Parts: sequence; structure tokens; C-alpha cells
Amino acid sequence: MRFDLDGLTVHFPYAAIYPEQHAYMGELKRALDARGHALLEMPTGTGKTAALISLITSYSLANPSRPLRLLYCTRTVHEMEKTLSELRLLFSHLPPAAARSLLALGLSSRKNLCVHPQASASAARDSVDTACRRLTASWVREKASSDPESAPLCEYFETFDRAAAAGDLASFMPPGVYTLADLRSLGRERRICPYYLARQMVKYANVVVYSYQYLLDPKVASIVSREMQKECVVVFDEAHNIDNVCIEALSVSIRKQTLEGAERNLRRINQEIDRFKATDANRLRAEYNRLVDGLAQRGNLPISDAWLANPSLPDDILKEAVPGNIRRAEHFLAVLRRLVRFLDGRLETENVENEMPVSFVASIHSQAGIDQRMLRFCYDRLQSLLLTLEITDTDEFMHIQTICDFATLIGTYTRGFSIIIEPYDDRMPNVRDPVIQLSCHDASLAIQPVFDRFQTVVITSGTLSPIDLYPRLLNFNPVISRSFTMSLTRDCICPMVLTRGSDQLPVSTKFDMRSDPGVVRNYGRLLLEMASAVPDGIVCFFVSYSYMDGIVNSWNDMGILQDIMQHKLVFIETPDVVETTLALDNYRKACDCGRGAVFFSVARGKVAEGIDFDRHYGRLVIMFGVPFQYTLSKILRARLEYLRETFQIQEGDFLTFDALRQAAQCVGRVIRSKADYGMMIFADKRYSRHDKRSKLPGWILSHLHDAHLNLSTDMALHTAREFLRRMAQPYDKAGSGGQKTLLTEEDLQDMGRDAMEM
Amino acid sequence: MGTMTIGAKYKTTVRDPGTIGILRMSEDKLTFTPNDPRSLMKLNVDFRTIKGHKFNKVDGSKPTPPLLNLSKDSDKGGGYMFEFDNVGSRDSCRDFVARVLGKHQGIVPPRPNAPPEKSVASTGPDQLSSAEMERRMKLLREDSELQKLHKKFVLGNILQESEFWATRKNLLDDEASKASKQKPGFKSAMLADVRPSADGQTNKVTFSLTTEIIHQIFAEKPAVHRAFLDYVPKKLSEKDFWTKYCRAEYLLRTKNTLAAKAEAAEDEELAMFLKNDDILAKEAKIKIKRVDPTLDMEADAGDDYIHLADHGILRDGSRETVDADSELARRTLSQDLNRHAAVVLEGRSTDVESTDTKTVAEALARSKKEPPSSSISEDTSHERSLKVARMTEIEDLQAPRSLPYAPLCIKDPREYFDSQQANALRPLGGSNDGRKARNCTLSTDDAFRHLMDQMSLIKDNKLNIPVLQSDVALKVLNELNEGISRSRRLNLKNPQDSLLGHLPHRTRDELMDHWTAIQELLRHFWSSYPITTTVLYNKVQRVKDAMTQIYQKLQDIKESAQPDVRHEISQLVKPMTQALDAAFSHDLEQQQKSSKVGSRPNGF
Repeated sequence: MRFDLDGLTVHFPYAAIYPEQHAYMGELKRALDARGHALLEMPTGTGKTAALISLITSYSLANPSRPLRLLYCTRTVHEMEKTLSELRLLFSHLPPAAARSLLALGLSSRKNLCVHPQASASAARDSVDTACRRLTASWVREKASSDPESAPLCEYFETFDRAAAAGDLASFMPPGVYTLADLRSLGRERRICPYYLARQMVKYANVVVYSYQYLLDPKVASIVSREMQKECVVVFDEAHNIDNVCIEALSVSIRKQTLEGAERNLRRINQEIDRFKATDANRLRAEYNRLVDGLAQRGNLPISDAWLANPSLPDDILKEAVPGNIRRAEHFLAVLRRLVRFLDGRLETENVENEMPVSFVASIHSQAGIDQRMLRFCYDRLQSLLLTLEITDTDEFMHIQTICDFATLIGTYTRGFSIIIEPYDDRMPNVRDPVIQLSCHDASLAIQPVFDRFQTVVITSGTLSPIDLYPRLLNFNPVISRSFTMSLTRDCICPMVLTRGSDQLPVSTKFDMRSDPGVVRNYGRLLLEMASAVPDGIVCFFVSYSYMDGIVNSWNDMGILQDIMQHKLVFIETPDVVETTLALDNYRKACDCGRGAVFFSVARGKVAEGIDFDRHYGRLVIMFGVPFQYTLSKILRARLEYLRETFQIQEGDFLTFDALRQAAQCVGRVIRSKADYGMMIFADKRYSRHDKRSKLPGWILSHLHDAHLNLSTDMALHTAREFLRRMAQPYDKAGSGGQKTLLTEEDLQDMGRDAMEM
Repeated sequence: MGTMTIGAKYKTTVRDPGTIGILRMSEDKLTFTPNDPRSLMKLNVDFRTIKGHKFNKVDGSKPTPPLLNLSKDSDKGGGYMFEFDNVGSRDSCRDFVARVLGKHQGIVPPRPNAPPEKSVASTGPDQLSSAEMERRMKLLREDSELQKLHKKFVLGNILQESEFWATRKNLLDDEASKASKQKPGFKSAMLADVRPSADGQTNKVTFSLTTEIIHQIFAEKPAVHRAFLDYVPKKLSEKDFWTKYCRAEYLLRTKNTLAAKAEAAEDEELAMFLKNDDILAKEAKIKIKRVDPTLDMEADAGDDYIHLADHGILRDGSRETVDADSELARRTLSQDLNRHAAVVLEGRSTDVESTDTKTVAEALARSKKEPPSSSISEDTSHERSLKVARMTEIEDLQAPRSLPYAPLCIKDPREYFDSQQANALRPLGGSNDGRKARNCTLSTDDAFRHLMDQMSLIKDNKLNIPVLQSDVALKVLNELNEGISRSRRLNLKNPQDSLLGHLPHRTRDELMDHWTAIQELLRHFWSSYPITTTVLYNKVQRVKDAMTQIYQKLQDIKESAQPDVRHEISQLVKPMTQALDAAFSHDLEQQQKSSKVGSRPNGF
């Protein structure tokens, strides 16, 4: 349908629209008008994505001066697929002339895009990258052009290279929407490399859908997203975890294996240098001269040579000459050796140590004789050396790369980071596994360049409560910051807080209670009762892998698991992604065939992050416990301290906020639209406390009746049965009486007229 | 039916050695008298309290004694268990019990040792499967009419069980086809698997495996399956194979990694059970390519550069560090659960009833080979993208996909159906002009000529296959006309009343019963001709006798009826008696014919 929103013609791909979508678009339009950032919370299952893309697209169609340039960031590849599919739907509803000129594509790694039969066969991402480099690096191709027999080339890349040189890449990619699968089949058909084609077309595409890190992680962002203009609208969808992504992007850790690997790398580099000295000494000399001229990077690298970029943010990279004492390859090698040895020494500690970068750099300087400037140039210098030595198997050199990333980061930043050295994991104190962790505490560091570079950044999610916290964490000033509630035709969500088991004893995952067999049994009975009463899919979230493992094993020993399987099949998330994916696929199949299934998953896990359990794939979510972070973690402690000092955020507040946003995120996965319905059980007595509960997003709270705040298993079962019976009744979709929950074109016209009259 | 006396042992449980004594059974009770007069195990049970009986299968291979269990209540268990010296005496006892129980419950199972004829027809029921029995019982239970007939004729010794059912083959077949439609899959209960049972006193741990469990193990653990095909019986005996398997299971279960490692080093076959399943890994690789892209987390991992080796936050408690350096499997319960659920979901492709593990293993191997592991074709990927598109749509914002329909809402069914009938009739009566208009394309002359042609054609050729003789048809028509007009005349007041409405209920029911009985008997009677065997001859005699009885009864009803309804009754009885008369006269004719032909009766 097409309607008018404050003078803007909006093309919307559906026949009706939710009022909150309409309001959401209104706010978004204001943000675009003001050319500022926006922070918008809207409940899951109200069609955020559809509203977002249709407004932004319609906006640029109406304003030819601001052509459509949308960078849509998703957390995961599967969300990317969903977004592209919504885009396809939208494009099919645009005026044909406009739709014919728009290009939207998804971008991912070589692992997901490569179509070369051999290179794509490897299972790991690193090996695909290396295999690609081996076929496409500039020196390999040079060699092959002089001597075709010497090395095989990638035919797909050659087609791409020819087309890029002739400037007609666009002819390979007519306007339209390209998912990753579409890109691959295009590549196979036209015999062109889909990865490089997509990378190149990103510059011209109207909509690019890719994952957060392509914009937030400087290592990747400065390669992929370098040439995006300021006019781009950037959207971070499902952004409730964006602060964690930001700090992870700037964190590095070094373990014993890393150092051993780095030693191996250094030996290999040494051999290569000796070989070059004997055969092609000019090359090393040329590199030296270039470094004297201050060109750390060789200017415009061929697209296929670029490897992971500088780990520090683009603004902080020094544009000056590499220090003299590491210009010569042997000297640089010696510096790296000293650095590795120093780190090795630090790793030998028996105690947990926590240091700020400044003091760490100072001790490196005093003990290894490496100053801050040298540290800072480590990454660039290594990159240049690897290119000079024509090293293709980058995955082998990951270790030394890690060391250099670490060095560059500590050389660059003095605040917002800390270095934590732990001799063993707290939970396994008898296994010695020392690690040096450089962890970033300040989420605003990584995202700052994005806010500065682009004029409109939209951060949106179903759970951004409390909404005033995000601007502080990310250090930005949104022009629009709003949280929407959900207008419901019927009470299609039913949150409950379960505090007691069937024996009236409290249940909780509090540390002192979680292994109590009574609590374990009560949780098991809860699931069993629900499995017998609830049709279709049930999803359970546990607070951690180890807790899930333990409780599932206990259920198995108690025989509860067998009883559950009498009703439904059981699937479990495991740390192995392949297995989890297959389990999910099977779970869906089981739900499709009608008897439903149970899926066990972990809050903060991969499944909780992005898999939807909408419709019959999830009629009930049970959140076992409050998913607090592991509070004894040294890194978390350090971060909390930083937050308290810098933003005056109390530790307890932050922990509760973090736990509750995870819980809300987990339970929010069941609702897809207002026609959908689902129940949510928060099974922990701590949820009944006001300070915890009040941190839940408003759309859940508004449905949490007082009567449902302190339930035991039997009462919850009764409520569930009642709810399911109610949901089975036919209802009026458009909403009854004064409150409309579904707006048609005529409704919108009426609204417009009313506004005019007023 | 008499009584039965036999020597048996009374047992309270299966393991109980039992009390030797004498079991006496009569039609309504059974008694057990122990040989040892001091024993307390005396029994005196009314058969009405017995609800069912069970018996164990005895084949020569195992030294199990033949048992018979009379259960008091089929749900709760509890009952009387008897052990017999040999299978023969147990079986005769069982048959006796079955008959008695059948009588008490109104159903008599076939008597396996029916005395009179040992011919083809009577050996049939001997080989009846219990499933067949079940089906018959079920039909009888569900259809009281049928049960009444069955009681009357089969228990009344007029028809034999097999004869009775032979005419109802279609009913049984329906039932049978209904039953076998659904193939049983794997149990959804987890391979409760070979849960070891320790006896608590010694260090021995017992695993028990059945064919069913073994089949499931093969399906869930392809590596074990492959090993079985490879090793048994060339390298290992089947028993050794499973012993090793159980040993490995035990080691895994106890999580004794060191012991597992040590044992694996010594024994390569055992080590194989402890290793990761490479076939599964391979399968997973193929399957992951076909997975729905909206949940493909593997692609996600491939796109994640933040968590490059040693980048990102390593130890904040959210991730567990696992070192996968051990070559031995770190198989977890979660993996087992996922695998189990996947296998159950796939279902059982082969329908193996066999008890031999070897055949089970081979059948499974065959069924696995069948589906060629085709690569992802364009077709499936297209289908998938369609599905994704469907999934992304927000359903209630969209106009409904299915065609609009008006929900059927019938407030008053009678009104509805009457109106339907009126609708159907309207074009016949009300809108005559519409029809005329249609007919106008043919001129009256043409139509007349065509009609005349048709009639003369029939006149010349006669109807080539007359369904019934015209004079018979005429007779029936006349009679019906007459009957209707007469009854109309008699009860002018309410013409809707049927003939039956006037009769007393009892008489009516009686007549109806007789009518169904006559139908059944006539069916058997006519189907017996021509009589070719003594069996048929006997049957006809029995049926004839029964018909004579009914005939007599009908006459009685007619005579004893009240004068005001006598006419109606005679009207009703007339067709019945006529049908019976026809049968009798046919029989007479046949007898005369056969006596004319020779001295042998019935011409065989």
C-alpha cells in the first residue's frame, strides 16, 4: 500500500500497517530530516525491519537529492538473509521504474561466498581465505602470467579482474536483490568471483546488508567499508548487544599457544628473509626505501592482496614514517623476538595481574627496549614485511599477527583498556592455562568513528531498556530516542514469573541454590508439565553451557528427560555450530510435523542471539534463572570499575540491566506478528523482585499481571492452559472498538484528514 | 462345554518355583488344589472375575516352561499364573479358557478343536492369527447388530465361525487396511539406552540389548553399524562385539578418560567405539549445505572476524574453553540427544521384523544406500528461497493467502436441508418456462419424431439385456400401488405415518430382528448352491432348519397379533415368508432333481 506520512509518500509492502509501525516511521523520518542519529526501541514482532527499510527507501525516492545509500548491519548471517528477503518483498511493491534501478546485496566472507571448487571445500574460514590468496595474490598472478605452468589461478577471479579493468562490473550484476545464495549462483553462472564482485559493487549498491563487524571492527572495516560516503544511512538492527560487539572488536588475548606459534612464524620469516637476501636483495632494499619515505602501506594495494587491516581505529593510525630502528627487516624481527620473549615471561606469573596499558608499555620499554612508537607501528611494519616476502598462507601467520595487533593497540590507546594476566581459568583452578588479555572497556571507542563518519545512524532493537543508558555507553547524542509500546488486538503474550516449584519450594539459579537437587527437580517437573500441556515448540534458555550440561545430565539421571521425550523430542544447542544448526533444522522439522519439540539453548549463546522461534516454532519460552554474567570474571570486574568511574553507572545496575536485556531478548524471540502468540515463563524467584523486573522492556511489563508475579508450577500450568484456550478462539484482527491495531489505507487517510482539521 | 482337569503348577510370580497341584475348570469357575495338602495355595475363582488370558511363546530353543496367565483386570495386572508340563496341555487349557471367557463376554473365539468335520473349512480358524481375532472381536464390539447375529447363529451352532465371517470379508479387510496404514517409527524415548543395571552386590554391570535397541543403535551410530558389518562374524563373534560395545559405553558413561585411553590403546576394536563417529561428521557436512539459510549459524561463524583466533574477549565466563586435543571422543549427552531426535525424526525406513541382528544390520545398510546423496539442486534452493520469503512476511498485515470462503454455520439443520431440497426441486417445478426456453431449440415435430423412433426401435429389438422380466415388474408395481393406496385409505389422518408406526414396539423389534436374521440365513443359503461337498450339504441343512424355525415364529406373530394391526403385520411378514418360501421350494426342487439323477443325494 501507499500512504502519506507528513508529506512523504511511503511505499509499504503490506496491505495494512500496525499503528506502532506508523509511529516508528514518523520518528525515523524526523531523524532523517534532522540528519541526526536515532535510538528506537520497538517490541519484537511488530515488523521493525519492514518499517525501517520501507521508510528509508521511500525517503530517498521522494528526495532525489539524497539518493538511497543504506548500510544495514545485522548481527548474523541468517538475519542478513531475512532482511534481504524483506527487501525483495519491498522492491516488488515499489513503482517499477524505481525498483528497476535499485541494487541491494549482502556481503559476507569468502567462506560463505566462494564458488571455487577447491578453495571453497575447506571447512574453516581461515583456510578458505588462504586458499583464495594462494590463487589470487598479485605476485602469484604475476608469476603465472610469465609462466602459466607454475601456479594455477582462479578462473572466477580472472573474469572479475578483466571486468573490473574494463569497468563493466555492473553488467554482471543487474539491479535487484542479491542474497548470499543468489551471489553464489550468479558467480557459478557467469563464472565470476562473487566475493570480489560483491566487495566491489558495495560502492555502487543502494542497500548493503552485512554484519556489524564490517563497520565496527577496524580490522575489517577499513578494508571493506572504507569508501562509504557520509550520506549513507547506517542501521544497526537488534542492537541491544552493540556495546559488547564494540568492546570485543578491540580486544586481543595471548595464550601460550599464540606465543609458540609466533616463535614458529618468526623462524619462518627469518628463513624467508635469508632466501630473499640470497636471491632478490633488491626487493628488501626497495621496501626499506619506501619505509623511509613514510609509506607504511604500499598505497593502493590490489584488492586481492589486502589482508586484515590495522586493529586500531582509522583516526588513530599514524600517518608518518615508520621509526628508523624497525625499518630493516632483521631489526624488526629482532624487536618482535624480544617482544615475544617479554610476553612469555609475563605469562609465567602465578598471580592474577591487572595493569593499565601505560604501565605495561613502560615495562616493555624498560625490559625489552621497545618504545611506544615502535609498538604502534608493529602492525603496519609486519604487514609490509609479509607483503614483501610474498607470503600467501596467512592463516599460518595468525599468531604473529595477533602479537602485532596487541602491540599496536597498547601502543595506541592509554585509556579504556586494561591488561589482565591470569594463570588459570577461575572455574578450573587446577588446569594451568595462562593468558594475557587486552580487554577494551569502552564501547564508545569502536563506534565513535561510525557516528562521526555517517550523518544518520539508527540503533534499534526490541530491547533497549533502559533507553537512556545506551547514549551513555556509546557516547553519542541521538536526536530521536524513543521506546514504543505494543498495541495488541488481544493479549497474545503471556509472561509469567514462576518462583516456586510444585512442592512450593523456591526455585532459582542463584549460586548457592542451583545445584540443589530439589531445584533441579522442580525445574524438570515444570518443563515436563508444560511439555504435556503446550502444543508445538517449546524453547528453554539456561544461564550457561555448563549449567545446561549439568541440569540436563541430572534430568537424564532422574528420568525426567525420558518423560519429557514421551511428549516431545529434545534438541540441544552445543558449542559446535554445525551440530547446533542441524539440531535447529531438525527442531523446525519436528515442529512442522505437528507434535512439536523442545529446544534447550543458552542465554548469550549463538541461538539466543538471532534465531527466531516464531509461530509454532515456539509457543512457550522458559527462562531458567537470571542470565547474569559470570561475575567473578576479572575482565567483567575491570569493566564494571571502568563504567563506574567514567559513566557513574553502578555495578549492580549494570549487571541487572545486562542480565535482563538478555532474558528479554531470549523470550522476545517467540513473537513475530500480532497474529502470533506465545507464553514466557521467567523461572526464578529473583524475577519477582521489583528492581529486577522493572528492567524488563515495557511491552513485556505491560502484560505481566500482578497475579502472575509469584506462581508455582501448578498455577503456571493452569494459567498456561487458560491462555492457550483463549488463543484458540477466533478474533478480529483489526482490533475492536476505539483502539485500532491494524491500519488500512483508508484508516491512514482518515488520520491524515483529522490531523489537517486540527 | 464340560469341564477340564489337568495337572499344573500355580505360581504367584514368574520366578516363583510354583506349587504343584491339579487345576479343574468348569464353565463358570476354576479351582486349584495343591498336591501338598498343607499348602495354602488353594484357589477357587469365579470365571466372571477373569478378564483376560495371556500365554508365553514357547519355541524349542529356550528352556522356558509353558505358562498361562489369567488376569483379573487387564489394566492393573494381578491374576493367576499356571505352569504346565508341556505345550500341548497348556494349549488345550488355553483354548478352554478362551471359550469360557468368550461365552461370558458374549463372544466366542473359534473352537480350535471343533469336533465334527475335519475339512478345509474347519481347519481355517486353527491358523487364525491373534491379530485377526482382535479385528473380529473389535467389529463385534462396535456393531451390536452384528453381535446379535453372531450370537444367534454361531453360538446357536447354525453357522460356523468361518462361514459367518466369510461373508463379511470386506469389513475385516477395511479394518485390516486401517490398522496397517501407519508404520511404527523409533521410540521417542531416548535409547533409555542400554542403561546399565548394577545388582549392588558385585562389581558386575549388566546391559541388556534387544533387537529393537540394536536396530536403534545401528541407526544412531553409523560407525558401530559399519563395524558390525565389517567385524561380525569374521573377526569377532556377535557376543564379543556387543560386550566390547557395552564396555566402551560403560567407560564413556563413567567419564573415566584415563581408563578409556588405556583400554583403547590395548584394544583397537574397543578404541573404535570410543572414537568420534566419522560417518556422522561426513553426513553433517552434507546436511549443513541444505539447511535453511535463516538459521545457518555455520555461515555466521564463517563471517565472524571479531573472534579470529585470539581476538575478542576470551575468558569472560560466557565462553567455555574446550581443548579438543584428545583423540578419544568427548561424546556428550547433548550430542546423543540431538542424534537420537534426528534419527527418530527421520523415521524408520525399513520395516524389519526380524529378530536376527545380522539381517537388521544388512537391511539398514541397504536402505541407507538407496537415497543417492544428491547435491543441492537449483530446485531445492528455489524452494528454500520461497519458504524464506513466506517466513519473512508478516502474516496479519497481508491479505489472507487462501481463497475467501464463507464459514458454514447451520443453526437449524432441518431448515437448512429442507431449503436445499426446495432449491433442488425448484428448477423442476417452479421455473418451467426456463426449461421450455431451452427446449425451444428443437422443434416440436422433431422431438416427436425422435421419440417415436426410439420407441419403435425398442419395439423391434426388445431391450437387449432386460434387468427384470416385464411381467414381474408389472406385478410388483401393481402390488405396491395397491398397498400404498390401501394404507392411505386406512389412515387418512396423518399420511406421514409409516406402516411400522402402528405396531407395538416389541413386535416391531422382533420383526426387525427376524428380518436381519432371515437376510443372513438366505445369504448363506443361496451362496451354498450348487452343493458340492458334504460341508455345504451340512450347512444347508442347518440353515434350512433355522429358517424353518423362524418361519414358524413369523406365523406365530401373525396369528397372535391384535386384530387392528393384523393387516399391517401380514403386510410386513409377507415378503419375508415369500423369500423363505422361494428358498424352500428351491431346496425341494434340488432334492427332487438329485434323486432323479441318482441315488447319491445332492448330486455329488
